[in-house]
Amino acid sequence: MIGGILVYAETIDSKIHPISFELLGKAREIAEKLGLEVWSVIMGFNIREHARDLIYYGADKVYVYDDESLKDFDVVMYKDVLVKLVREIEPEIFLVGATPLGRSLAPRVAAALDTGLTADCIDLQVDDEGNLIQIRPAFTGNILAHIKTMSKPIMSTIRYKVMSMPTRDENRSGEIVVKDPPKKIDTGIRILGRISRRAVNITDAEVIVSAGRGLKKREDLKMLEELANLLGGVLGASRPLVDEGWITKDHQVGFSGNTVKPRLYIACGISGSPQHLAGMRDSQIIVAINADPSAPIFRYADYGVVGDLYEVVPKLISMIKRVKGVGGS
Amino acid sequence: MGRGFRIVVLIKQVPDIEKVKFDFEVGRIDRSSAPAETNPFDLHALEAAVRLKEKFGGLVTAISMGPKQAESSLREALARGADHAILLTDARFAGADTIATSRALAAAIKKLGEFDLILCGEKTVDGDTGQVGPEVAELLNVPHVAYVSEIREVAGDKIVVVSDMGDKYLCEVKLPALLTVTRELNAPRLPTLRDVLSARKKRIEIWDADALADYEDPNRFGINGSRTIVVKVVVPGTEKRKGIILRGGDAVEKLFNILEEGGFARP
Ligand SMILES: Cc1cc2nc3c(=O)[nH]c(=O)nc-3n(C[C@H](O)[C@H](O)[C@H](O)COP(=O)(O)OP(=O)(O)OC[C@H]3O[C@@H](n4cnc5c(N)ncnc54)[C@H](O)[C@@H]3O)c2cc1C
Ligand SMILES: Cc1cc2nc3c(=O)[nH]c(=O)nc-3n(C[C@H](O)[C@H](O)[C@H](O)COP(=O)(O)OP(=O)(O)OC[C@H]3O[C@@H](n4cnc5c(N)ncnc54)[C@H](O)[C@@H]3O)c2cc1C
Repeated sequence: MIGGILVYAETIDSKIHPISFELLGKAREIAEKLGLEVWSVIMGFNIREHARDLIYYGADKVYVYDDESLKDFDVVMYKDVLVKLVREIEPEIFLVGATPLGRSLAPRVAAALDTGLTADCIDLQVDDEGNLIQIRPAFTGNILAHIKTMSKPIMSTIRYKVMSMPTRDENRSGEIVVKDPPKKIDTGIRILGRISRRAVNITDAEVIVSAGRGLKKREDLKMLEELANLLGGVLGASRPLVDEGWITKDHQVGFSGNTVKPRLYIACGISGSPQHLAGMRDSQIIVAINADPSAPIFRYADYGVVGDLYEVVPKLISMIKRVKGVGGS
Repeated sequence: MGRGFRIVVLIKQVPDIEKVKFDFEVGRIDRSSAPAETNPFDLHALEAAVRLKEKFGGLVTAISMGPKQAESSLREALARGADHAILLTDARFAGADTIATSRALAAAIKKLGEFDLILCGEKTVDGDTGQVGPEVAELLNVPHVAYVSEIREVAGDKIVVVSDMGDKYLCEVKLPALLTVTRELNAPRLPTLRDVLSARKKRIEIWDADALADYEDPNRFGINGSRTIVVKVVVPGTEKRKGIILRGGDAVEKLFNILEEGGFARP
């Protein structure tokens, strides 16, 4: 019997979170190296139809749990389902997205299975002896640890957007196994409802223009927002602006906020603290605008402009407007 | 809850991350260079525990696993309102990954006896896994809610909280339960001088691996009980960055050109 790599396909609002496809892509790559199959598990309510997508993105076999009892994310219910499945199919490796849901769920599963779990990985490699090496940032992003797991299954949560998205291939075939839903039990958890949605999904943005304490007043955020809009991006912020209540936490980039990896990150009036860097240092292109030539952010930037953001940003805005042929200035 | 709330707060001592030296060449972390502090997120967990106690009565016990010097973080917890403090310290706890850490903490909580609520931080600034909370909950077989940014109400044996998963969810959990908390939950108060002085007189209980033997096999703590090992540490450099500082009166124009060439400022 061929062993497998199991990928947890996360769903939100009955849709698949794109991290699931990224994981399938990576799982496929490792599976080829280790001679394994790629399996996936999806659970929720009215999600059955997505099983085929998981095959198109690389799964050989998909286990489906589609039931009203799994409509809300009850971490104990979900854990029970996964633990039972893992015991039954015994995967070699089990990958889960390092989303808030995944980071709440995976440790419970690992503890129940008494196996090792590596958190928030940004890379997975196979060494010469065929060991899986899991690479993850720690110490607030200051180091990268290489971690090996001594138990089975090897479990890791993987950061969103670090693995490339595989191409969808509708000619791929695979097996769909519809599993019996779990018995509904009282886990003690009741999700009473969603009370707010994030205002922006900054982790999905291709361009982020971020504001820091170099900004003098709240209204000036408009200027940076304008720049962000012109570049087809969204507004980000360092923690102090969120603490001040100038902007909501959805926009916060950094260790206690969002980890982002856009194609372009422009840091305006941000010094580059380790906590801020932890959230954006893997961005493709980093631009820093800062009045202080010794600000640490410049060491992490591809391009830096030493200057007053109140001069630099308006100038940049008017140049972009000129090529775009939009209004006024 | 006639006897009031029994609350356990899990506290980890960590190095002050801004002062740790990371050796880029040999990939080494020099912790000795940095003073120790309490994991910032854990102060919010403690504050929440103390507020619940102030409102409903009860007892707050702070538990930490770590070397002897972690006592100072427990001392701080006592100054900030914890009633009891227990330090799990023993060479046999050393080198623990999250599962081995969680086993020791769960065993200590079992030894304590009854509890209503366990509070811990969302994650630490050093290990940074965020796994210990959910793992402890699983080992104790109680429900948990992660990323709690608000405690709305406590009614009977239930607590209603807001869980910040990007979107925010209102969740009700039956006690006993475990919550991992974010920094938005509250603003920790600073202890007064009197608090600090009276905390100095309190005793910190020390438990070793044998003290937990009724609840967990001591061979499953520390490095022996760990399932993951750190095989290498790399300090990422900044070499992949271009590090071009644009100078002169036309610096902004240069930046604009770069953005345009990169396809970011298309008409
Ligand atoms: C546990 C923990 C978690 C944290 N999490 C986060 C997090 O998620 N995200 C985060 O950002 N921070 C976080 N922090 C806070 C972090 O330590 C820093 O305090 C914060 O990042 C600093 O924000 P800043 O760069 O905007 O401000 P500052 O460090 O004050 O920098 C302001 C910069 O603006 C420049 N400036 C001033 N005026 C101008 C001008 N007119 N034009 C151009 N430049 C100007 C200055 O030269 C300076 O470099 C965390 C801290 C802790 C302890
Ligand atoms: C570079 C590096 C990378 C690592 N990566 C992994 C990994 O991927 N997987 C793994 O299993 N282990 C890993 N470890 C080991 C891990 O750091 C330790 O097990 C650590 O004791 C607990 O994990 P944490 O710091 O991530 O805590 P977290 O899970 O982030 O802590 C969450 C909360 O749990 C409580 N808590 C955590 N530790 C303690 C404690 N000792 N005493 C009291 N309360 C506590 C606190 O309330 C804390 O806020 C790594 C260690 C290093 C040095």
